[in-house]
Amino acid sequence: MPDKQITLEDVRHVAKLARLALSESQMQTLTPQLASILGYVAKVSEADTTGVEPMAHALPLHNVLRDDVVEPSLPLDKVLQNAPETDGSFFKVPKVIGGDDDSAG
Amino acid sequence: MLLYDTVISARDAVRAKDISAVELTRAALARIEEQDQLLGAFNSKDSARALIQAKAVDDGERTGPLAGVPIAIKDNICTSWGTTTCSSKMLENFRAPYDATVVRALEDAGAVIVGKTNLDEFAMGSSTENSAFKITRNPWDQKRVPGGSSGGSAAAVAASRCCGALGSDTGGSIRQPASFCGLVGMKPTYGRVSRYGLVAFASSLDQIGPMAWTVGDCAQVLNVISGHDRKDSTSVRDAAPDYIANLEKPIDRLRIGVVKEFQAIAGVDPQVKSAIDAAIKKYQSLGAEIVEVSLPHTDYGIAAYYIIAPCEASSNLARYDGVHFGHRTSEQVNDIVELFSKSRAEGFGPEVQRRIMIGTYALSSGYYDAYYNRALQIRTLIRRDFDEAFRQCDVILSPTSPTPAFKAGEKTADPLQMYLVDVFTVTCNIAGIPGISVPCGFTSGANPLPIGMQLLGPVFSEEKLLRVARMFEATTDFHKRRPVMDIQASVE
Repeated sequence: MPDKQITLEDVRHVAKLARLALSESQMQTLTPQLASILGYVAKVSEADTTGVEPMAHALPLHNVLRDDVVEPSLPLDKVLQNAPETDGSFFKVPKVIGGDDDSAG
Repeated sequence: MLLYDTVISARDAVRAKDISAVELTRAALARIEEQDQLLGAFNSKDSARALIQAKAVDDGERTGPLAGVPIAIKDNICTSWGTTTCSSKMLENFRAPYDATVVRALEDAGAVIVGKTNLDEFAMGSSTENSAFKITRNPWDQKRVPGGSSGGSAAAVAASRCCGALGSDTGGSIRQPASFCGLVGMKPTYGRVSRYGLVAFASSLDQIGPMAWTVGDCAQVLNVISGHDRKDSTSVRDAAPDYIANLEKPIDRLRIGVVKEFQAIAGVDPQVKSAIDAAIKKYQSLGAEIVEVSLPHTDYGIAAYYIIAPCEASSNLARYDGVHFGHRTSEQVNDIVELFSKSRAEGFGPEVQRRIMIGTYALSSGYYDAYYNRALQIRTLIRRDFDEAFRQCDVILSPTSPTPAFKAGEKTADPLQMYLVDVFTVTCNIAGIPGISVPCGFTSGANPLPIGMQLLGPVFSEEKLLRVARMFEATTDFHKRRPVMDIQASVE
């Protein structure tokens, strides 16, 4: 299987979509690796899948419903116990608006 | 070695008061404390808590089918005490606010949890070399890997630091380390065991299962952890059968399938091949009929797996954002996207990043149909192949892994080479069927290495699979061998 053509620019774009601030050298390492892996998995295009339904899940399960009854949920201190930064009952983050105008692409 | 090193022997010894649960637990903890630095099987333990749990067994306050049995838990399964790290810097300090359902089930059955075991980061890997904390050595030969991703659980049992362990299996992560360490390891049918509290890697493939020295041990642990859980909407509602009740009864007119396409798989070690041939002969001598079956889409298995699993992972791991839990960058950031991106780049190791990148690429605009949707169509074809094959046979027999345990560092340079070792195990997860790895031989030479065979069955055929495995075990001695751990000699 030939390697897929993957450029450093492709890797840069995907890293941005994946929210991974990779260094230039990390991206340079990843470029041939992704080319080799994506080249290999492109093998799936060789199979005849005409008219075959995709299977997302091995079980024939659809919606699983329960009665709409209020039950206790995790107490606030447990919910916040692993948060890197909190303010009272809130998770604290840097300002959301006015930063990098990034879209999901 | 522990005085009682199997689940059932330990349970029975505690029950008969031949040994107290506290003595047994002390012995297990001492082995972890004194010898684990070198082996690297454990990420953490809570000795005080384990001893309290054991004492409660001795005092008659805790009873059940696993009362007093030391068990280890893979460190991607949540416990409400200690840390649940997934062997990732991202979750190094993560304290789960609740117990996984399987952890509750084990403790309700009287088990004593001695610690949390090492794994490839977020269960992504086949050698446990992707842990952010340490590598785990194979107790049979410390220059070699224990397999992965449940390598810590496998090494912990094989080196007698506990009697049984839980692993998780997304593409072979229970079966392959079981085979590398001379154990029995089972991946149940998707939905048989609750995933509540298992840190998600690829949600449609992940399943928790037992690892131990014997088929009976695995059946006993599976009895305890199986069943419906309303907290996991993919856990099946039908009650699980008793896997112990008929374990000793051989299957009449057993038909064992050998897969035509598996003969063409390159790179199968000759000693693995001859051990498998001998296992087939053994089953024939026990009255089984050998049937050649075809799984025509075998060749697409790894490709489909290494699309589906990374796609699901890239979505699941989006939750690690440096906000709600997990690692947050200490660098100055200008906005929240930078906070996400720096935290994730610092918190995830190279293999996890690689898989997130593959998954993100395959799901990105313009590529979805060519990769993800195609892989899901192949998934349907693979499942149909198995359905057709199981019309002609009861179980399918193959090697678990093409080779015995490989050397540490041997496959780390080329990620694709590491992926290819999963060739016999991934289709089981893709199809959602159960599989078990059973010791079936050893390599020759100065450092004999275990060889495992894999048995696959139709969905919810665990009872039959275990009985078929037991038929083999009952007439062989491979499960009785233990590694001679020369702690000093084999270290470079």
